[in-house]
Amino acid sequence: MKFISPRELRELGVLGMNSRNVNYIGRRNPRKLFPLVDNKLKTKRLAQEHGMNVPELYGVVKIQHEIQDLEAILEGLERFVIKPAQGSGGKGILVISERSGHEFTKSSGAVLNLRDVKRHTSNILSGLYSLGGRPDVAMIEDMIIFDPILSHFSYEGVPDIRVIVYRGFPVMAMIRCATHASDGKANLHQGAVGVGLDIETGHSICAVQKNVKITKHPDTGYGFEDMKLPHWEQLLTLACGCYEMTGLGYFGADIVLDKHRGPMILELNARPGLAIQIANQAGLAKRLKSIDKMKSIAMPVEERVALSRQLFGQQPSMF
Amino acid sequence: MSSKIQIIVVAGILIAIGLGLTLYKRFELGFPLLPGERQDVWTVESKVTFNPTGGPVEISMALPEPRAGWVLLDENFASSGFGFSIAEGADGSRQAKWTRQTLDRPATLYYKLQTYRSDEFGLGASPVPDIVLPELTDDRRAAMNRVVEKLRERSSGPISFTALLLEQLVDEKMDQDTSFLFAGHESGHLGVIMDVLAFAGIPAQRVKGVFLEGGRRRQQISTLVEVFDDGRWHLFNPHNAQMGLPVNFFVWERGERFILDVIGGNSSQLEFALVKNTLPVKTVLSMEQQAGGKLMLDFSIYSLPVEQQGMFKGLLLVPVGALVVVLLRVLVGIRTSGTFMPILIALGFIQTTLLAGLIIFLMVVGAGLWIRSYLSHLNLLLVARITAVVIMVILLMAALSIVSYKLGFNQALTVTYLPTIILSWTIERMSILWEEEGPHEVLIQGGGSLFAAILAYLLMTVELIEHLTFNFPELMISLLGVVLLLGKYTGYRLSELYRFRYLRKDWQ
Repeated sequence: MKFISPRELRELGVLGMNSRNVNYIGRRNPRKLFPLVDNKLKTKRLAQEHGMNVPELYGVVKIQHEIQDLEAILEGLERFVIKPAQGSGGKGILVISERSGHEFTKSSGAVLNLRDVKRHTSNILSGLYSLGGRPDVAMIEDMIIFDPILSHFSYEGVPDIRVIVYRGFPVMAMIRCATHASDGKANLHQGAVGVGLDIETGHSICAVQKNVKITKHPDTGYGFEDMKLPHWEQLLTLACGCYEMTGLGYFGADIVLDKHRGPMILELNARPGLAIQIANQAGLAKRLKSIDKMKSIAMPVEERVALSRQLFGQQPSMF
Repeated sequence: MSSKIQIIVVAGILIAIGLGLTLYKRFELGFPLLPGERQDVWTVESKVTFNPTGGPVEISMALPEPRAGWVLLDENFASSGFGFSIAEGADGSRQAKWTRQTLDRPATLYYKLQTYRSDEFGLGASPVPDIVLPELTDDRRAAMNRVVEKLRERSSGPISFTALLLEQLVDEKMDQDTSFLFAGHESGHLGVIMDVLAFAGIPAQRVKGVFLEGGRRRQQISTLVEVFDDGRWHLFNPHNAQMGLPVNFFVWERGERFILDVIGGNSSQLEFALVKNTLPVKTVLSMEQQAGGKLMLDFSIYSLPVEQQGMFKGLLLVPVGALVVVLLRVLVGIRTSGTFMPILIALGFIQTTLLAGLIIFLMVVGAGLWIRSYLSHLNLLLVARITAVVIMVILLMAALSIVSYKLGFNQALTVTYLPTIILSWTIERMSILWEEEGPHEVLIQGGGSLFAAILAYLLMTVELIEHLTFNFPELMISLLGVVLLLGKYTGYRLSELYRFRYLRKDWQ
């Protein structure tokens, strides 16, 4: 078991949990804005008001009594996702990719009947998947058909792109690819692969699974070294637009690439994790400080994106 | 930046105040910083309650004398609105007198003393009272005659006579005559015992006092019986027929006088609240010498009523446990389930002792998790499910207590000190964690919580820390300063040095 010295971490500009909480979340994210992002329904409505690209919302189930209306909401839907508005870490998300009558097929292949779907919804409402067990609401929305370019890099789940946005500037990005070990969830600590992405080009820098560097996807076998995300500029612009939308100074935007509709905002996170630094083999603190050193940050989204790509781009590939 | 400087200044002032007060107490008031030689010091708070019947009220209470090695350290009286005096009798006995012209509602009077037993002497000599023959009806006299006759036949003298009589009562193997004598005198067994002894011509008297048992709030006066034989007094405990002065019996009054005498009131009651402080005698002695005039002492924890002192003793340890959790989370980066759950568990461990507490905790949580996994199949609403878990935990605790008690492990009876609701929430959270993240995460968070709890427990039971928190509560102000500083710590956690180990340059 090896350790890294604090000095080396400081030299790399790695952001630690305490510093993140005190210097960035505590200072840049006013408490009253948290509900906007902790509740995905609020985020979605806000994003729709601002004309942001989000997966279509089919319906919302707010109280147990309304579960009987679920059948009507699902009428005619071939694919859909049911998820808790205040879930965390991808908990409680039910993805139905195929349907024939009252038989619902999960993306993993398991078949459910309507009663199972209703029970899942009931569990969501009673707060089973929500922070602190608070009562929650269930959202039914469109299933994302992800861009085929990414299909080599994900197993049984939607890969999502996390962009850390600091005061409106994109500072670091990675794509999280589900694996068999992560049970189709794009959660790094459950075993999903995190691939650091160059801010300028959207090209892969380094891939890690459970903190260990890898070169190819453990389930699909495709190498990550040639991965390059399409619509990169559009994606960064979408992420940074959320700064004006929410007012949060430090957040992570989770974005998916839909085959037909391009980059879409899935959710925002006011307390983004630090593992992105391992996937990028680079420290966040350094980049955050260089933003703080700027004389003026008042500029349109496009200029901010361009400036960031210039500042933080051209990372050497680690493959 | 300014908030950081502010915090440093505020924290610095707080730490300085705490340390300054501590040093003042150490050097000006002579409180020892180290625990040193220890002595069980008992604080006995007697509480007199009564309802006034109108008219002048006069309450007199016999005060204890130092007897049988007990040393009285300190006495306090509390009685707002009453005239108060202490009357000294010719034989050196003292009586506290509270008087008041009118009183229209129930009143409570307090008398508090601190005492410890320096030597285990016996009670010593005391004048032998005259034997007063009881007045009896004819049938009782006849029964009494036969009882005394029988006991005399079987005993060799007054001592074995008394022992035999008491054994009969304790074992409840009474013959007809004895049953007849004692029947209808459930509350007054003692009176009948005294009658029998008087009838048999044995000089006897009562010895009233308090059994000192830690943490008791409503202890009553207990009475022992003393018989005179062969030029000496011999003491018996009528509740278990054992001879001799019990070690923890604090003698209040010897002889037939009443302890409490209330004129102008009824329903009077005398109760005792007891707290044991294992303190350095020096501390209490220096308190003794210094008391009065010194502000710091008047405002110390010792000036509180005994019941609250006992509560504070536990309460003052909580910040120490909290500090452990803060350090582990902020500096080390250990994950615990719930921020302060470990402290509550640690407080529970103090009551149950570590090993027993751990075993009980693991058994209840383990069994709870197992049953809870069944509940999750039933698809219940959250509130109902949690309630089910709470009920389950209480049942488990009861079952554990009963089974282990039958098996002869008394330790498991302390299970009630573990906080039920915390156990239930632990089970609920662990169960969800298990389903969502797998057993690995349960092990990490559960293990982290237990580790923090054990560490907090070990620290909270260190003699020095108990001594410091109770005698120098102002150290808490310093602790507050330290915690404020920790709240602004933005350096790396120990766990992060491991987490980011692959960022090392030499690692490929």
